[in-house]
Amino acid sequence: MTGPILPAPVRRTLSLARKETFQIIRDPSSILIAFILPLILLFLFGFGISLDANSIRIGIVVQDGRADARSLIQAFEASSYFDVVTAFDQAELEPVLVSGKLRGLVIIPSDFSERLRARDPTPIEILTDGSQPNTAQFVTNYAQGVFGVWQARLFGDAAAKPSAAITPQPRFWFNAELTSRYNLVPGSTAVVMTIIGTLLTALVIAREWERGTMEAVLATPVSRIELLLSKILPYFLLGMSSLVLCAIAAVFVFDVPFRGSVFALVAVAAAFLVPALGQGLLISAVTKNQFVAAQLALFTGFLPATLLSGFIFEISAMPLPIRTVTTVIPARYFVTSLQTLFLAGDVWSVLLPAITRMLAVGTFFLTFTWLATPKRIA
Amino acid sequence: MLDKPIHQSGGQLFVQIREVTKHFSAKGPPALETVSGTIETGKITGLVGPDGAGKTTLIRLLTGLSRPSKGAVLIEGEDAYASQHYLHQMLGYMPQRFGLYEDLSVMENLVLFADLKGLSGPQRDETFSHLLKFTDLARFTERLAGALSGGMKQKLGLACALLTRPRLLLLDEPSVGVDPISRRELWSMVSKLVDKSMAVVWATAYLDEAEKCDKVLLLSDGKLLYSGSPANLTDTMTGRVYLARLPQAKRRETIAPLLADASVADAILHGDAIRLLTQKSADLAHIQGLVDGELVPAAPRFEDAFVDRLGGGPDGRSPLVDAMKTHTDTGEAVVEARGLTKRYGSFAAASNITFSQKRGEILGLLGPNGAGKSTTFKMLCGLTAPSEGEGRVAGYDLRTAAADARGRLGYMAQKFSLYGDISVAQNLSFFAGVYGLGHRRAKERIDAMLEAFDLTAYRGTTAGQLPLGFKQRLALAAALLHEPEVLFLDEPTSGVDPITRREFWSHINALTAKNVAVLVTTHFMEEAEYCDRINLIYRGKTIAEGTPDALKASCAGADKSAVTMEDAFIALVARSEQAEKETAA
Repeated sequence: MTGPILPAPVRRTLSLARKETFQIIRDPSSILIAFILPLILLFLFGFGISLDANSIRIGIVVQDGRADARSLIQAFEASSYFDVVTAFDQAELEPVLVSGKLRGLVIIPSDFSERLRARDPTPIEILTDGSQPNTAQFVTNYAQGVFGVWQARLFGDAAAKPSAAITPQPRFWFNAELTSRYNLVPGSTAVVMTIIGTLLTALVIAREWERGTMEAVLATPVSRIELLLSKILPYFLLGMSSLVLCAIAAVFVFDVPFRGSVFALVAVAAAFLVPALGQGLLISAVTKNQFVAAQLALFTGFLPATLLSGFIFEISAMPLPIRTVTTVIPARYFVTSLQTLFLAGDVWSVLLPAITRMLAVGTFFLTFTWLATPKRIA
Repeated sequence: MLDKPIHQSGGQLFVQIREVTKHFSAKGPPALETVSGTIETGKITGLVGPDGAGKTTLIRLLTGLSRPSKGAVLIEGEDAYASQHYLHQMLGYMPQRFGLYEDLSVMENLVLFADLKGLSGPQRDETFSHLLKFTDLARFTERLAGALSGGMKQKLGLACALLTRPRLLLLDEPSVGVDPISRRELWSMVSKLVDKSMAVVWATAYLDEAEKCDKVLLLSDGKLLYSGSPANLTDTMTGRVYLARLPQAKRRETIAPLLADASVADAILHGDAIRLLTQKSADLAHIQGLVDGELVPAAPRFEDAFVDRLGGGPDGRSPLVDAMKTHTDTGEAVVEARGLTKRYGSFAAASNITFSQKRGEILGLLGPNGAGKSTTFKMLCGLTAPSEGEGRVAGYDLRTAAADARGRLGYMAQKFSLYGDISVAQNLSFFAGVYGLGHRRAKERIDAMLEAFDLTAYRGTTAGQLPLGFKQRLALAAALLHEPEVLFLDEPTSGVDPITRREFWSHINALTAKNVAVLVTTHFMEEAEYCDRINLIYRGKTIAEGTPDALKASCAGADKSAVTMEDAFIALVARSEQAEKETAA
């Protein structure tokens, strides 16, 4: 129990916050959303959905029977990315590609060796199934990767030759194995925290209006700021505990490396919760209705956090107008920061601007919430 | 029970309501229109009126949470809206549904509101123990508020409002959904609280509660009809009220011509009798000619005065007479319940409910919220399967032919359960479709219903925008489209104004003449008087059965006339509890 020494506003805030905490603990759905849902999402993104290509079935049309071509075929066969079928006639494999049983064709033309030696940049041809753009992209990239590595080795072996033309060698920093899980797990942490920050808080004020408790509270000496703070504090703590859970799961269950510091992680997450909570409170302050609040939170919080944060779709690949929209989505900065922290480390030149922007968006939301929170009814 | 006002003394001016108007939207009528009045300390001021009259709007203006569009509310001379902070220090407010956190315990609710109101230290502990004793909640401090009964929630809500000894106590419909015993307890608790330094505002739609207030502000459609002592208003009706004692069988056929007569302002069924309000200087001999029985002068009630202010009751005619076919009376029971029992786990929501109903009979299931009326209803509609027992409607066994049974019954739910966003005609065609009426017959019936309920002008109106009384007519029209043999009404007139209620019952009367059986649930004691027979349900069990007059008579002491339905209810509950104790011992 709070002692009598605390000033009245502090006591009121703490008392309301304590009430909110009781409600969170006693409401199985908030525990479900804060702790079970994150685990489900992490498992889905961590194990279920993989953006990695593994054992994609492709065909190789071999029109050149010389040693270079055979060596390249072996390189493809040795790659874990591909499951290879070879044929001499393109007409034999094309229908299989059309039927969808093959995801792509690599054609080694009859003049492959000549082209290779002549440093033709594209001595092979890659055909993919455009109806599955993602897979098509992977097939193209990985096939080029296999070819590039093979070519580099070939010329590296022949390094005695002084023809030291610079060969591009693909090297993937920070995520050398290019495991998409490494990106998805930090990314889904951002989604989980958006759900807690925005969806749960969006529901709480609306719920008080619906149940008639808001009226009872408003008719006491409570002020707006006390009311808002009492909503923010418990959900901030809930969001942070969910972050801890996600981080532990990421590192120990999904083997995602964590290269940053705990301090930076806490700072980034705290900064992200400001706009997330602000958005949730703003929604609930304007709607007074749980159903509408939930819909709004999904459309303005959850979906952008999933689709526009760069977590699944790369922002740089988006058209300009959408790219512009992403600049006001706090999840975008959070995803970047998390990926940096997990895969690279405390790169403050990335983290600080991200934190600043998240706080800026948060201030915007909180200001509007302040204006929209009625200390009156109508 | 007619408590005389207790708090004649006191009476210092505390609140002034000055020509207050409140608009919620530019279009549409205002929620309050130039309402003026005063609230004094030492009195219980009743804010009286049907649903939608503007009671809650006015209460919110008194809390300072809402701002009048025109005019002002002055509390001790200070504008309520401008000086909210000052106001909230001395305000005790219990909103509708009590404003409690249902997922917090009794004690946690008290602690929260004590903190919010700045009550702490030994003073807090003292107040808690005092209030817990006062409300008899000391045994339940650890229980979640959501798990309390309606009456206990109400007391906890009151305790939270009383924490800081408010000088202005605002209670918004504190007795809705609460059993009559708790209702009386609350009234006596509040009566004890009122003293020279405290003003109490009690909003209610129950006119018997209004009667007990020291002063009332009577609202209708946002306008103030009367302000002053309820007794003064009631007294203006002296000499105009009579009870016509008739044979029970005749009361329904007598009431319609009485209402239609120009010298009768109002007539309602009152058990076996008809209660009459005559026009001023009416010719009594003429009225006697309409009644096959004795006319006895009776004491006027607040409701008589209210109805008179509203321009008298309806004319008693129901065009339904021409719009419904007469079902043949086979003399057999049309609704039968035999040992209906519904258990949820170890809790019996209804146990061993048994009754049978004839055609053309109105049977009332009377009891407070949560007594098991709705459960019984749901079993009889075939919406939920009984754990034990059986039910038959129009000859169909509900266990095997629930859908056929439903085809023979009309159902009107307590809340407006039509589609608020489509038009009146669309609602009716939807229900015609649901009941499987053919195209031509559907058109015929819809036209007949629109005509009978005077809804033709509203054909294209969106149902949600109809005035309350018309919504109710529409709901009844939808339930009668397929000319059912049985009509189920769930709390049909709770919260509506007395005129609408009378109109509604004129229709029901007309239906009984067509041999339609009407089964009504109500927690509203007055409404029970309209029924032919009553099945009194309390805690899932039938505790008494009989005609309204028989039930009242069974509880009467020496003085028969003083017993109201509510007195009878309370006495019968006490009797059944006593009997239960004896069986247990």
